[in-house]
Amino acid sequence: MTQTPDIVVIGGGNAALCAAITAAEEGARVLILEAAPKPYRGGNSRHTRNYRCMHHGPLGPLIDSYSEDEYFDDLLKVTAGKTDEKLARLAIRTSEECLPWMEEHGVRFQPSLSGTLSLARTNAFFLGGGKGLVNAYYRTAEALGVQVAYEAQVTHLEVEDGRIVWVDFTQNGENTRLTPKSVVVASGGFQADTDWLTRAWGPAAKNFLIRGTPYNRGVVLADLLDQKVEQVGDPTQCHAVAIDGRAPKFDGGIVTRLDCVPFSIVVNKDAQRFYDEGEDVWPKRYAIWGRLVAGQPDQVAYVIIDAKSIDLFMPSVFPPEKADTIEDLAVQMGLPPAALRQTVESFNAACGDTSSFKHTELDGVATTGLVPAKTNWARPIVEPPFYGYSLRTGVTFTYLGLKVDEHAQCSVGNRPVSNLWAAGETMAGSILGQGYLAGFGMTIGTVFGRIAGRKAAAHAN
Amino acid sequence: MQIDLIAEARRQAEVCNACRYCEGYCSVFPALHRERAFSDGDITQLANLCHNCRGCYYACQYTVPHEFDLNLPKALAEVRQDSWKTHAWPAGSGALFDRSGVVIAAGLTLAVAQLFALAQGMRPADGAGFYAYMSHWVMVAIFAPAFLLPLLALAVSMRSYWQTVGGGDVRLSDLKAAVVSAGRMRNLNGGHGDGCNFEDEDRFSQARRVFHQATLYGFLLCFASTSSGTVLHYAFGMEAPYELFSLPKLFGIPGGMLLCIGTAGLAYLKTKADPNLGAPKVWGGEMAFVALLFAVSATGLLLYAATGTAAVGVLLPLHLGTVLTFFVLTPYSKMAHGFYRMAALTKEAAQSRGLEL
Repeated sequence: MTQTPDIVVIGGGNAALCAAITAAEEGARVLILEAAPKPYRGGNSRHTRNYRCMHHGPLGPLIDSYSEDEYFDDLLKVTAGKTDEKLARLAIRTSEECLPWMEEHGVRFQPSLSGTLSLARTNAFFLGGGKGLVNAYYRTAEALGVQVAYEAQVTHLEVEDGRIVWVDFTQNGENTRLTPKSVVVASGGFQADTDWLTRAWGPAAKNFLIRGTPYNRGVVLADLLDQKVEQVGDPTQCHAVAIDGRAPKFDGGIVTRLDCVPFSIVVNKDAQRFYDEGEDVWPKRYAIWGRLVAGQPDQVAYVIIDAKSIDLFMPSVFPPEKADTIEDLAVQMGLPPAALRQTVESFNAACGDTSSFKHTELDGVATTGLVPAKTNWARPIVEPPFYGYSLRTGVTFTYLGLKVDEHAQCSVGNRPVSNLWAAGETMAGSILGQGYLAGFGMTIGTVFGRIAGRKAAAHAN
Repeated sequence: MQIDLIAEARRQAEVCNACRYCEGYCSVFPALHRERAFSDGDITQLANLCHNCRGCYYACQYTVPHEFDLNLPKALAEVRQDSWKTHAWPAGSGALFDRSGVVIAAGLTLAVAQLFALAQGMRPADGAGFYAYMSHWVMVAIFAPAFLLPLLALAVSMRSYWQTVGGGDVRLSDLKAAVVSAGRMRNLNGGHGDGCNFEDEDRFSQARRVFHQATLYGFLLCFASTSSGTVLHYAFGMEAPYELFSLPKLFGIPGGMLLCIGTAGLAYLKTKADPNLGAPKVWGGEMAFVALLFAVSATGLLLYAATGTAAVGVLLPLHLGTVLTFFVLTPYSKMAHGFYRMAALTKEAAQSRGLEL
């Protein structure tokens, strides 16, 4: 870095890149400080696959239309009303003009992926997924003169008299202090810091898997919160889903999902069922099961299905355990064989008429007299071979973040920090109080990234 | 077939099948996503369907240093390479693929030397143009078997490939779909039309697609030139040398130029691309093949430019030597990819048609 940049963007994912590109187009000299090495650049954006977008009539890969009100209603459903309506509607309304902007800046879309037809109207899928998007944005940013420092870990932002006076970071063991005119924080949540997660969740969090980047350790977030920058979101909460128990500790991403729960029985390590596996279609229950598994001993659960169901769900990344008897399967999975046999038998005995079984909808094929009941897709598990998967809790993101206003600006008390803006996951708690809506994270990142970039550039110029 | 190569490609395909982010790049992913389990034949078919556009590698979340260590373009390139060896005929000839560069160089030396000797030793008493150096019948005696025997070998290989991948009756409409796909090199357009990744990491460009098509169409024009010459010779009694405004020249000159430009471009791009996203062991052999094709076209053009000069005496055996080497090695060099690719595209057309019904 020969010159002090006008703007420092902390983070290297979608929101950071949208901010950097927008600011560079306004003529500012921009430096991106990305904590990850180049192959892992892009934060959680590299694991994303689509962008939820309001639209009046067909737009890009999207069919029909998706109104602001429908979008907002969908958001209300998943957040149970815990959402900031003003900011949410701003994100929703602006999402439409962002899609052509994304295309102009190198993002390419593809038709809705196989197995995701339900999203063809509402979500635009990136060709190649989020890493394809991130690659395209880095190309665009670099062509605009944006400088990128990889493995550059920001250690401290000095807040003084309502502004950021300097930014400290380390790279290759060297400490550097910069004094930019504007700073954009887009460095995600803290879910990769297991100690922080454990403080928030209790010891169970030690057994959680982190679905995304290991670089979101919340260092900048903690630093700013310590200096009384306004926070938002429940500090004890994170978004978690049930994923394949064999997934890596970090960065397992999309492939570790398991869609077979509705066709299964799920037991804990004592081979006991604990919840209605057939409550609703899978994507809607995805998040609930993260919490359910977290509540079981050792934070682990086991899905058991039989030969009838093996082809009814998306293929798993690791092959399932497979055995000709329930007892053998139990042994392979480390479950008590007799207990599992008994659980399966009492479940089977509670199954009734299965002739109206239909795997694509709530079919009402339920158990009778069983606790907990299975209220849909309840077919006896009798047809060998039997298959099993282990389930663990996979954390997607944390809700605690920086509170921003409609200009993406941060504040101390009720006074704005004059040169600090935030975008993406690190401020998503300002909009999402709980729950998650597929593709909305990228919408927040794109909309607020662009706002932050524009405001940061206006301040710097 | 090498079981470990297939097993590694299968491991990677299973990760891809749980992800599906790359569905829009090329024909490989829709084909892959149709299956739940992958037989050896399935993997072989996917490998030959892959055009090595590399879009999936650069977009992949699971490439090294990630523990899943995906490199699908490489895994498929290695299976593809191995499948050509396995299906090569006669048995054992597949080993030639492993030393393609050496084989091409040796073949070339041998062929050129032999043709020099023939041009010197059996120089005809009369004859116009290059027939003044070598009679028509000597050329036919050499090139007819050198052209037809490799075709026979390829036909046997294609049959064996078709059985391995479980191909059924060939429909004309599927063949046509394959020709259209290859004719437009649809699988190198990236799905979005911006081209493929190759010479500059994740940047999409049309360079490889354009140079490949220059090579392909240049080659086809040269082939048309020779074929039209043969027809003129036998059907109409019109013998070489031909005028500038004759079919052989109208096909041959632009064809030769396209082939020169295309192969030079492909060779240049290959020096820029990451060899580790292909089959690194055959990098040299592939380069030698591109150089051979360049030599075929360059010596052909030079030969035409030298018409009427004494240089023909040198250029003719040189050109014929490159052509002879090229023909004979067609089933055992990179040239084989065109045949396997057409078979794979035809199979894919049949598979995707089956799905629509």
